[in-house]
Amino acid sequence: MQIEQLYREVVLSHNKAQKNRRHLANASVSEHGVNPSCGDDITLELEITSDHRIRDISFVGSGCAISQASASILADLVRGKSVLEAKELFDLFFQMIEGDEADPRLLEASVFSAMAHMPARIRCAVLGWRTLEKALAPYWNEERQEPR
Amino acid sequence: MYNNPYRGDFPIFDDTGLIYFDSAATSQKPQSVIDAMRKYYEHANANPHRGLYSLSAEATRLYERGREAFASFINAGDPRQIVFLRNATEALNLLAISYGASVLAPDDEVVIPISEHHSNLVPWQQVCKRTGARLVYLYTNEKGGIEDKEMEKITARTKIVSFAQVGNVFGLALPAEKIITKAHAVGAVAIVDCAQSISHMPVDVKALDCDFAVFSSHKMFGPTGIGMLYGKKEMLEKLAPLLTGGDMIEYVSEQETTFAEIPQRFEAGTQDVAGVVGLTSAIAYIRALGYPAIEKWEGELTSYCLEKLSVLPWVVVYGEAEATGRRFPLITFGVEGIHPHDVATLLDTEGVAVRAGHHCAQPLMRHLGVQATCRVSLSVYNSKEEIDTLVDALVRVRRIFGYAD
Repeated sequence: MQIEQLYREVVLSHNKAQKNRRHLANASVSEHGVNPSCGDDITLELEITSDHRIRDISFVGSGCAISQASASILADLVRGKSVLEAKELFDLFFQMIEGDEADPRLLEASVFSAMAHMPARIRCAVLGWRTLEKALAPYWNEERQEPR
Repeated sequence: MYNNPYRGDFPIFDDTGLIYFDSAATSQKPQSVIDAMRKYYEHANANPHRGLYSLSAEATRLYERGREAFASFINAGDPRQIVFLRNATEALNLLAISYGASVLAPDDEVVIPISEHHSNLVPWQQVCKRTGARLVYLYTNEKGGIEDKEMEKITARTKIVSFAQVGNVFGLALPAEKIITKAHAVGAVAIVDCAQSISHMPVDVKALDCDFAVFSSHKMFGPTGIGMLYGKKEMLEKLAPLLTGGDMIEYVSEQETTFAEIPQRFEAGTQDVAGVVGLTSAIAYIRALGYPAIEKWEGELTSYCLEKLSVLPWVVVYGEAEATGRRFPLITFGVEGIHPHDVATLLDTEGVAVRAGHHCAQPLMRHLGVQATCRVSLSVYNSKEEIDTLVDALVRVRRIFGYAD
């Protein structure tokens, strides 16, 4: 049972550990995201180096297990990556949500491929990623104009 | 499999293990309602109130027969006091936009309980914004009731009091007679939303003495797309139509139109005759079951469900009937440590359909200090065995979340 499996993995690995649930001392970006209809609420904090690398990322917020775990898994996935690598993962995540096979680079986030069977909960799984998009959009635009 | 005399009337349960606990959102439909609507389309379909041929006359007869059936069902007296609309929300919007906007002025007040569904909240909020009137809330206590002290907010400034007879979050009846009497004492108009109540208790609009009442066909075994507005005759006659066009007119000239009498003047365009035929059949179904039998079956289920949930120390039930009050078959609860959406998703994997979220009552959720809750709402087709399945599934959900209860 895919959905129960999703919960077991998500809940055990993240909602209990909470290692990414904290504030950053040197955040360069903080971005807030909400799902007004269900009350999921996430603030992502990112420390981005001058060469556009995500040195650290964390989140705070409240909501259902899926929204919170997805944000936490996202933090693990993009930490240490360049903003452009994060963009690639962002695109891969949404391709998976829309029904594509999960790319191996999505690692633990591939558990959310189960969302294909639970359309009502997709907005929970993508909240963190949508928030990341808002946080990184200026960097993505900058990279597009002046490729490094 | 289930020891239930009514379940077989509802084809959606044929050969499925569906456990449906969301009847407060919409009820399932008995075969008789589905058959009546199919038969209408197969044998009697025509545009009512227009054609001079017998098929149209038959469609008109069926449509008007539905009006008579519903008028008698709620003791309205005259069928002309029943207006067919799309749903209860549309009826409340008609009242807010047409009546509200015509009587409200700055410093006037509209009073509603905080426990109202958005359908009986947002239209008033919006008309208050437009007219400069104030929207005043009666706050519920921790049991979900409204204390007498709150009722003092109904004052000489109050022009409209609108409330649900039975709430869709607590499953409790508000003291309708008391609120209506108080509203009339200060010269306000009293509107009752009976969308939740009428599938569980008889509604007598004359005894209530309300000025308007609104209803929803799809919550009382009828089809979606039909809502009913009842009004006292003199009130309906004062009400300006919201929609204009065909079927609601008397004479139309190039620059002027005179409107038809009530209730036609509120029913612009071709009406949902099949829907009204379905509603007529749903009324017959409720009459055949009888309210005493409905109340007995649902009452036993509700007590059983509350008793089973009370054994689970990590379940908190919102709202509590007063010693004398009736608990309607609607139970809103939370599971400690688990978000209601996660509870509902996992229950769904076990074939159990419950509602989770804000139940279209966000201000009430904020008043209760919760983001969301789970809700089980029951009907005659539910059984004790299904409640046992729910309880087992809840225990399993807690285990998945790592609780060793």
